[in-house]
Amino acid sequence: MGRSRIGVVTFPGSLDDHDARRAVRLAGARAVPLWHGDADLQGVDAVILPGGFSYGDYLRCGAIARFAPVMTELIPAARKGLPVLGICNGFQILCEAHLLPGALTRNQRRRFITRDITIRIENTTSAWTRAYRPGQEIGVVLKSGEGAYMADEQTLAALESGGQVLARYAAGNPNGSARDIAGVVSEAGNVAGLMPHPEHAIDALTGPGDDGLGFFTAVLGAGMPA
Amino acid sequence: MTARPRDLTGRPRDGVAQDTVAQAAASQDRAQPFAALGLTVAEYERIIGLLGRRPTDAELAIYSVMWSEHCSYKSSRKHLRLFAEKAPKTDVLLAGMGQNAGVVDIGHGYAVTFKIESHNHPSFVEPFQGAATGVGGIVRDILAMGARPVAVMDALRFGPADAPDTQRVLPGVVAGISFYGNCLGLPNIGGELAFDPCYAGNPLVNALCVGVLRPADLKLAAATGPGNKVILFGSRTGPDGIGGASVLASASFGGGGGRAGGEGAKRPSVQVGDPFMEKLLVECCLELYRAGVVVGIQDLGAAGVACATTELAAGGGTGMRVSLDAVPLRDSSLGPAEILMSESQERMMAIVTPEDVTRFLGICARWDVQATVIGEVTGTGRLEMTWHGEQVVDIPPGSAADEGPVYDRPMQRPAGQDALAADDPARLPRPAGPGEFRAALLAVLGSPDGADKSWVTEQYDRYVRGDTVLATPHDAGVLRIDERSGLGVALATDGNGRYCQLDPYAGTQLALCEAHRNVAVTGARPLAVTNCLNFGSPEDPAVMWQFAEAVRGLADGCLALGTPVTGGNVSFYNQTGGVAIQPTPVVGVLGVHSDVRRRVRSGFAAAGNSIVLLGATRPEFGGSLWAWALHGQLGGRPPAVNFAAELALAEVMVTAGGRGLLASGHDLSDGGLAVGLAECCLSGSVGATVTLPGDPFTLLFSESAARALVEVRAGAEEDLALLSASAGVPAFVIGTTGAAALQVTGLFEIPLAELAAAWSVPLPALFD
Repeated sequence: MGRSRIGVVTFPGSLDDHDARRAVRLAGARAVPLWHGDADLQGVDAVILPGGFSYGDYLRCGAIARFAPVMTELIPAARKGLPVLGICNGFQILCEAHLLPGALTRNQRRRFITRDITIRIENTTSAWTRAYRPGQEIGVVLKSGEGAYMADEQTLAALESGGQVLARYAAGNPNGSARDIAGVVSEAGNVAGLMPHPEHAIDALTGPGDDGLGFFTAVLGAGMPA
Repeated sequence: MTARPRDLTGRPRDGVAQDTVAQAAASQDRAQPFAALGLTVAEYERIIGLLGRRPTDAELAIYSVMWSEHCSYKSSRKHLRLFAEKAPKTDVLLAGMGQNAGVVDIGHGYAVTFKIESHNHPSFVEPFQGAATGVGGIVRDILAMGARPVAVMDALRFGPADAPDTQRVLPGVVAGISFYGNCLGLPNIGGELAFDPCYAGNPLVNALCVGVLRPADLKLAAATGPGNKVILFGSRTGPDGIGGASVLASASFGGGGGRAGGEGAKRPSVQVGDPFMEKLLVECCLELYRAGVVVGIQDLGAAGVACATTELAAGGGTGMRVSLDAVPLRDSSLGPAEILMSESQERMMAIVTPEDVTRFLGICARWDVQATVIGEVTGTGRLEMTWHGEQVVDIPPGSAADEGPVYDRPMQRPAGQDALAADDPARLPRPAGPGEFRAALLAVLGSPDGADKSWVTEQYDRYVRGDTVLATPHDAGVLRIDERSGLGVALATDGNGRYCQLDPYAGTQLALCEAHRNVAVTGARPLAVTNCLNFGSPEDPAVMWQFAEAVRGLADGCLALGTPVTGGNVSFYNQTGGVAIQPTPVVGVLGVHSDVRRRVRSGFAAAGNSIVLLGATRPEFGGSLWAWALHGQLGGRPPAVNFAAELALAEVMVTAGGRGLLASGHDLSDGGLAVGLAECCLSGSVGATVTLPGDPFTLLFSESAARALVEVRAGAEEDLALLSASAGVPAFVIGTTGAAALQVTGLFEIPLAELAAAWSVPLPALFD
């Protein structure tokens, strides 16, 4: 068996693709660059949609990326169980693609925020968070202008009761997110969206610490679809 | 009936009735609007002398922008020669002044290019777009050298923090930088922010970019090889930014200022930025470089196509033939003069061999970047342009790019300079008892210049690309360049308008020393300098004197410190009516870390470590933050400059950092030891107990240069003492880290929570 291969998609305007690939490598897997214009997942074991401003955030964050050729392959694969992690803009794309419920809206104070923050991992059974203990608080980086998670009350209640809240902001709500939600996961537990950036917290030299590495090591042991 | 719209040269904007070379030769006496385009009678006559006829409207447009102060450096050129004449001997400079940016060899097969540039005038007229396009412009300068841009920084100055216009300008500027830089995926790793009434109506927005390349990949702006094609790529050309260089950046604002004034009329001279397009352009250019299909390249900034074509042809010593009809337009009513002057953003111009054109266009298509062959290189030594089949430009390119007028402007030491120097802050009342000392520290720390700047820096992404080792609030930004060896660079910008107002020669040297120190404090060895010289009108002899003194100071200082000036930018006309800004040279210093894992952070790291004050403290309060924040006073002499002491301190910091003796380190400057101690406590959330070895007022508030505050690792105290002694750097053990307060024995104790409130509340209270 070779090493796990994790795809990182580059859309026009993706910015943290470089960082996501480094995180994958540090976790011990092979990072496979995937191009938005190719409807081909190259047989990877999992996919990361990285942060950035795909298509310049034109129309709405993630609204155009969701129609990219690579997504025509990714959406059905995700529905069949392929582990997918959307970080920041990637989270927005997953919501636009209806792989995750809800939407991300402008920060409460309507300003971009870059901040070292603490999140609490609420779901430790998903493909991406099984390396953490329930309730574990980890340090990661928040950097977004449209990071406030919103959904209707019914959806929020369903997320809570179904254990689909992946992580919450632990020390104050930085952006007005509903129920302090920092990330959510699909019912099946394979598709995760996270507003803060675990890939910027993989090495104390260049980030607030290495707490984020668990997201990338967790998926190596995740059950892969046939 | 309304009049037909006309362009800046007075021609009808119908794209038809254009002025040709033949018509110009046949109608020598036709009146032309050269004055409205910013040219003097003598300059206009000089053009006629050069061409042997009157210029066409298109040619007039080229000369008006290329001979503008902004593009030609006509008032500063005579003085800037000093940087070359007094340059220290160096073998690390791969490209120097005159190129888009200086390039420095940092070893291990890597080179770094960096430059700082102003976007002051546009940022006053339209803060968001003005600042955003300032970032975009400097990034393209770095890209044009063949480098991948890897980080940005910003040096900002605004009017009084509580002034109504600052409430308009500051949030707009910060949002513009945040929008463009974040969307481009470049970490913002530092900079400066300061306030003074002189910047009301004249904010300073100086943007720095740094890029990395392999020395062999260095690109130059030269159109070589007759027969090679000229390709314009990136955004289409629109009517934005027309006359930005000549009408906007090379003139001062009238009185009244702000939205109420007539500056709204200049808003169309401000460009509009699209960072998404720029991101595509960056990745596209880097792929073009890798493919080896670029002979020469130039970014389009000030003066747009006019500048790129003249500079490329002049740089290559060749000629160029261009069809202006081929330029893709956003607005089909544009005529040749406007196409030449447009400063539409996100455009580049490349010289490509005919065999490589197809591959070049293919790579552009992959990135959805529009690319068009608009002409070719010739051996004629003439820049020729056609429009609708007729010749509208025929000039020697060097006459516009390199042979503009050079002025030896009159200089006069300002009449009030001696009185200013005589107004010594020694006359000011000083804190008497413990209560007053405590209050003074909190007031300086809570003043807009002393306060926490995270309201601003939080809006910038400092993490993207994953190589940011240090960013604000550390003394310098530190980037990892090579993951394996840990090779990296440190960058700091500094400038102090108050010091420069008191003495522009010494003040500029103090800015250089502070940036040098900030880099060295992180453990990096300072290597090279860039600068952005912000001044009032060069037509005012007092301003010209300040400028000449500043340049002489910087040139002498760079020689003394052994760090060459690699390039820079001059911004004149920063004045409203007859009142100029304080002379504000902003100096950027680049240093090298052999291993960024050894970098020294600022902010106390742990309890129980010794705190050592390095360097001598003398009673120096002229231009100090204490005098300004508490008494609104500016006078006397700025702190003394001592290059030998700066070099010795840098040696101690680099050696101590490399040997791992330090838990943290912080430069002392504005606000002296008082602010330095508070910042170390606050950024590390660790308190300190300090006993001052002398007059408490001098020790706390003097701004003597060549000083740093270091926290020594347990067990390394003796090593540091020996190292300092052998370098001749005075070292005083002044206390110990620990507890949840800043305590100065016999004077005061301030709980960290109280210190934090005084420091962090002011800016959010003003701008939220």
